[in-house]
Amino acid sequence: MKTAADTAHGAGEIVLAASDIVKSYGNTHALKSVNFEIHRGKVTTLFGENGAGKSTLMKILSGVETPTSGSIILDGEPVTFSSTVDARDRGISIIHQELSLAPNLNVRDNIFMGRELRTAHGVDFAEEARQTAALMASLEEDIAPTTLIQALRLGQQQLVEIARALSVNSRILIMDEPTSALSAAEVELLFKVIRDLTSRGVSIVYISHHLEEALEITDYAVVLRDGSITATAEAKDIDLEWVVRNMVGENFDLGSPPSGYDLGEVALSIDDVSIADAANAERSVVDRLSLDVRAGEIVCIYGLMGAGRTELMESIAGRVPMSGGRILLEGQDISRLSIADRIAKGLGLVPEDRQRDGLVQTMSVGANLSLASIGVFFKGLLMSRPQEHTLVDDSIRDVHVKTAGGDAPIGSLSGGNQQKVVIGKMLMTEPKVILLDEPSRGIDIGAKAEVFRLLSERAAQGLAVLFSTSEVSECLSIAHRIIVMRRGRISAEFGTDVTKEQIMAASGEAVVA
Amino acid sequence: MTDKRRDDSSPARATPNAGGLRGLSVGKLLLEGRAFFALIVIIIVFSSLSPYYFSLNNFLTMASHVAIYGILAIGMLLVILNGGIDLSVGSTLGLSGVMAGFLMQGVTLKMFGVTLFPSVWVVVLLACALGALVGAINGVLVARFKVPAFVATLGMLYVVRGVALLMTNGLTYNNLGGKPALGNTGFDWLGFNRLLNVPIGVLVLAVIALIFSVVLSRSVFGRWLYASGGNERAAQLSGVPVKKVQIYVYIVSGVCAAIAGLILSSELTSAGPTAGTSYELTAIAAVVIGGAALTGGHGNIRGTLLGAFVIGFLSDGLVIIGVSAYWQTVFTGAVIVFAVLLNAVQYRRRVKRPETTGKNSDSSHPMSPARVAGAVIKNAVNKNTAG
Repeated sequence: MKTAADTAHGAGEIVLAASDIVKSYGNTHALKSVNFEIHRGKVTTLFGENGAGKSTLMKILSGVETPTSGSIILDGEPVTFSSTVDARDRGISIIHQELSLAPNLNVRDNIFMGRELRTAHGVDFAEEARQTAALMASLEEDIAPTTLIQALRLGQQQLVEIARALSVNSRILIMDEPTSALSAAEVELLFKVIRDLTSRGVSIVYISHHLEEALEITDYAVVLRDGSITATAEAKDIDLEWVVRNMVGENFDLGSPPSGYDLGEVALSIDDVSIADAANAERSVVDRLSLDVRAGEIVCIYGLMGAGRTELMESIAGRVPMSGGRILLEGQDISRLSIADRIAKGLGLVPEDRQRDGLVQTMSVGANLSLASIGVFFKGLLMSRPQEHTLVDDSIRDVHVKTAGGDAPIGSLSGGNQQKVVIGKMLMTEPKVILLDEPSRGIDIGAKAEVFRLLSERAAQGLAVLFSTSEVSECLSIAHRIIVMRRGRISAEFGTDVTKEQIMAASGEAVVA
Repeated sequence: MTDKRRDDSSPARATPNAGGLRGLSVGKLLLEGRAFFALIVIIIVFSSLSPYYFSLNNFLTMASHVAIYGILAIGMLLVILNGGIDLSVGSTLGLSGVMAGFLMQGVTLKMFGVTLFPSVWVVVLLACALGALVGAINGVLVARFKVPAFVATLGMLYVVRGVALLMTNGLTYNNLGGKPALGNTGFDWLGFNRLLNVPIGVLVLAVIALIFSVVLSRSVFGRWLYASGGNERAAQLSGVPVKKVQIYVYIVSGVCAAIAGLILSSELTSAGPTAGTSYELTAIAAVVIGGAALTGGHGNIRGTLLGAFVIGFLSDGLVIIGVSAYWQTVFTGAVIVFAVLLNAVQYRRRVKRPETTGKNSDSSHPMSPARVAGAVIKNAVNKNTAG
């Protein structure tokens, strides 16, 4: 089955074509008429920034979501996938960034989960084990079928996922950020497996933020931006610069650093801060990092996933304990204070994951807005309803939340407006320093611009702003200073006169000659 | 211009939450007011089946039965709003009665050779303090030591019941009347007296309900409770003292259980160590019938009270029309399952969000099937053992 001659018969022909795919969530258009093709026995890489629509497209191709309109043609036949099982039965499997294995079960049971081989006497474990061993051998990874998943390294777990996909005869394998948690050696192994799979006629769809790595393995490159395909090319015709240019595009104007005033004193001082890795105490996710932010200044932290941005932000806010160093707010050491005390002193965090950490979904817009400040405003036994209404209404106006009113449920708002509520909640506490972890995540470009405008207005009034992003174009908007983080340290610091390529080079994403 | 902006209502308006009831439709009204309509139906059905059911006196008698469950359920509501569960309230109720009985018999201090007969007010305060202590232990276990609420309070259910049995050697205190000479009379006031023809127990329930509906809707603590029950991580990052809130709700639940225990032992004029067995499940049922989500964040006092009345009026009605005790448990169980089913319907509609962020967590689903199933099974088990 595995011959080099495979390339001769039919490799490269289009096995799946998605045409005019549109996906809308309420008013948000995640995909706008996307045409996407997968070639037999080839690696097709999907490039794009966060929120460009990569994941949505993959969810549609793998049956997790159904498109609002458009069609999918598999082997020349139009198909619709009602579920992931349906897509899997037709030969399409997806391996998510977060693996979907049961860590408490062994390799064999995971591979045959949900489709156990049955005999009259129960499950045919022997046959399952035999097939598992054969699969693992074909991937040249000698893992015993009875090994527990939790005993395996992450790279090995990923191979088990691949083996599971192969066990159902997948012809199209979608890999979402497969290398983000792998070591260099494991990446090598994965690439070897991918090449082996393609030579067997399996088509791979590859998604990664590590552009160079992806370019190394890919045959076709497709670039997605703001829900539309902006460029398609064969890998041999393109280079990194082409990818970056098409990914980032001509800038939507996200604003420029506020000017016309002098920066104030140092408001936030991060002094030699280290944070231990929760999973492995010997490793530091943030390593002796120091940084000052002055009143009125906007500082942007750029870095890839795993660079330590989120840990740093959460540690400043008091959620994650530091393993060393100090945090000073206007010269006062706040390292030992609780989250509530830090908010009271004037430091607030807008967390990365809005749904998980930012909003209370069971409460109204108004109750969410006032949550962080009610303890400050109402010292007495009872709250004053009219007073709270006034505060909420003011805040809705201030941060431009589009809502039916303070009593509207938070779930009725669009992502961008929900994000404004989270920001408004922190601004209501009248902070001196505001931290925002990926404030533009999952919101559309218009809302993004509004959020940035709001931040620059507040900075001009003396607020110190520290925000993180994984989108280069956002660094070059309102920030006075750009800090690039890589593996827990500051790898570069830039002013406003920097190029995207320089920033990406410093983050380890791309090394441009 | 800014006002104009605010009036641009967003397109996808989902159902309003418990806090703001705006906009009415028949279906929603029926769903949100289901406990109320169920109560009306129960009253109509039993009134037509028995001539004795529909009378003020019978209502007051039934209400005094409801009072016990209602007080327990209010404490339970606070815990459930927080996303927890308190299985120890039945045992705490029993211990509180036993404690009162013990104190009423006089406390002999051998060291001084005297026997103290505390007055009724002291007895009541000490019993409540004991309830608070049990609650505090629950709260600390859950909040500080991260023991799952189900397990922590299940353990306390056994421990507290055991303590009550130890204190009495398994016997019951029958003489709670006190003696005028000792100045400790008046314990029966709680269970027997009426004020304006309303049993004291019912009045106590009303006062507690009033206090906590104000606490929940108007106090900072109430807001913190809803927030930490709705999304603990978000509440914590907003500076809400989530651990403190958690400990307080278990203390409140413990005190409510103690008060219920005092009323019950006063009504029965005796305090037995096994009083209140499986009452915690009735209280949970009342809260659930009242529309609260077991995952926390949703629910209010009004609903919980209605839930308690539904259960009380239903079971008393069945007794009055002479249905066998076995059928009673079947009916009660069916009502509970149906209520949980409706809860699932109500909260499922809220799960849909207009858009998703990258890392989507399922933790915010107000009522997951697993939780519902858990509740149903728990109640089913209760009815088996009780019946």
